[in-house]
Amino acid sequence: MTPVLQVRNLQVSYYTDAGRARALDGVDLTLEAGEKLGLVGESGSGKSTMALAMMRMIKPPGRIEGGQVIVDGTDLNILSEQEMLKARLSKIAYIPQGAMNSLNPVIRIGSQMMDAIKAHKDQSTTDWISPAEMEKRCKLALESVDLNPSVFKMYAHELSGGMKQRACIAISILLRPKVIIADEPTSALDVVTQRQVMETIDRVQEQIGAAVILIGHDMGLMAQFVDKVAVMYAGRFMELSSVRNMFTDPKHPYAQALIKSLPNLEKRGVFNGIPGMAPALLQLPGGCAFHPRCSQAMEICHTKRPEPVTLSSGQILECHLYSERA
Amino acid sequence: MSDLLELKNVTKVYTRGLLSSASTTALSDISLKLESGQPTIMTVAGESGSGKTTLAMLLLGFIQPTTGQILYKGKDINTLRGEERMMFRREVQAVFQDPFAVFNPFYTVDHLLTVPIQRFKLAKSKAEVNAIMVDALTAVGLRPGDVLGRFPHQLSGGQRQRINVARALVLRPKLLVADEPVSMVDASLRANILETLRALQRDYGVSIIYITHDLTTAFHIANSIVVLYRGMVMEAGDVDAVIKTPKHPYTRLLVDSIPWPDINRRWGETEIKAKESELSDHAVGCKFSSRCPFVMDKCKQIPPLFQLAKNQAASCYLFDQHPSIAPEKLSELLPV
Repeated sequence: MTPVLQVRNLQVSYYTDAGRARALDGVDLTLEAGEKLGLVGESGSGKSTMALAMMRMIKPPGRIEGGQVIVDGTDLNILSEQEMLKARLSKIAYIPQGAMNSLNPVIRIGSQMMDAIKAHKDQSTTDWISPAEMEKRCKLALESVDLNPSVFKMYAHELSGGMKQRACIAISILLRPKVIIADEPTSALDVVTQRQVMETIDRVQEQIGAAVILIGHDMGLMAQFVDKVAVMYAGRFMELSSVRNMFTDPKHPYAQALIKSLPNLEKRGVFNGIPGMAPALLQLPGGCAFHPRCSQAMEICHTKRPEPVTLSSGQILECHLYSERA
Repeated sequence: MSDLLELKNVTKVYTRGLLSSASTTALSDISLKLESGQPTIMTVAGESGSGKTTLAMLLLGFIQPTTGQILYKGKDINTLRGEERMMFRREVQAVFQDPFAVFNPFYTVDHLLTVPIQRFKLAKSKAEVNAIMVDALTAVGLRPGDVLGRFPHQLSGGQRQRINVARALVLRPKLLVADEPVSMVDASLRANILETLRALQRDYGVSIIYITHDLTTAFHIANSIVVLYRGMVMEAGDVDAVIKTPKHPYTRLLVDSIPWPDINRRWGETEIKAKESELSDHAVGCKFSSRCPFVMDKCKQIPPLFQLAKNQAASCYLFDQHPSIAPEKLSELLPV
């Protein structure tokens, strides 16, 4: 089985007056069709930058400085601007944070959906479809996210937050992309609606067999939804493991602290925050970026950045504690 | 013991303009009490449209109740004037949900923190002002050097929210109304902010009304919980009892939808019965009846609160074998 998404050594920097901030510092990732990956990390760890880089939507002063994003055999980074426009939504779709606020308030939901199709189907070519056919497709997409087809004729303000969010999901699956990136799709929704939205994403991704990348910091949601979890820190993957390994047997000290900080039903009122603060990207500590906050830091962590190692359990780690043993 | 805060049968109805007869009851007949000698953390939980933000606005005196009264230290907050009003403004502080909307983009963080210090004359010199700011920022886990002198657009959402908590902290309030304070903050920092809030309650005697839809954090921080649905109390009581053994069908649905960070505990099997789009705003009787899997004929009447245990009550006819209690008595069974 060939993977639908391969990210190789992806690098993004932001050039600010104070210097160069490496927001994404060489990330590798492989996803098969139908796989769901959770991307977690603190703010500023590079989660959203990674999503934007995969969509090639990094704006100046940011720049993609290297690496490949291969979706379904095509390297997105070497496409022309025109080709990339076509690739977005048809190969790789993005549900931004607060997507529900991205709907145009003065255009009907249906027209916005049709626009998405029109932009990808050239009238002169053979894959052109009639407006009636388009409308049918849009209504099918709405139904697949549990919305009444009458939403097609509605405006954004007539929908609740959860419905708007699901309308955005409907748009993102219109052209059956291979990869869907959802950046905190439920952060502004309450629990019942959140569950409904996540169940919707789960169902439609199964229907179209797309790989999903779920970005967020809600570990609870990750535990319920994804197959694999990647923990990001200062623009790199600290640990990438199956969701079960991540929650029951995290290896990297940062992942361990993250799992320990989670609230659970048994220990009421116990908070285990992670001491220290996320590093400023402009002055990253030498060696392993996590060493100033790491309880198990060693001499070598100050000077040498750990290389990724793969454990026999399938976990991929960047930590000297394990590179020694490997 | 005098009451720090008392809500007496508060109802808030929003009308839609002069000509329209349509109106929305955001809160209906809510009575609550917080005693001044016993700082506590009370959670008000519910989904969007439950009236929890309306409650926050009422408590802060931003809007007035349609009927009923809100008393702060025995005085109606909407009749406070002069000195008393200033005191109320200082002692009752707020932290809001959206850290992107509450900042004036033209002012730096320093300005935001200095204004309240000067306004309430909390410092005698510039150095003192600075010391208070640095203390407050450090307390919420920010590096003062990172944020002082910056404009809001240069800060992340998490940083902004912590500055909001710091701003409230600066004034040493008696009551903090926190409306979804951590819903837009990183999970790892959430623990720190919640810990800060709890320290505030424990060490400085600040009572906190924690308004949220996130029952996980409520469970860990609060002593008592009141679950609202469309402006009415569905269930209330000891937070441990309500979340571990929810009784009201709505609370059960809520608890069942919590994504616990535990892979052995899957999202519940409770079906989400009605889709949002099919809900009517004007259910007669119990507001939850249109989504309730156990709906009965008598649910067309508004159910009273039934006391299920010493510290738990639910407003649902499923429990009508238990004694009912008057809404005014609800606070008495909330632990502090």
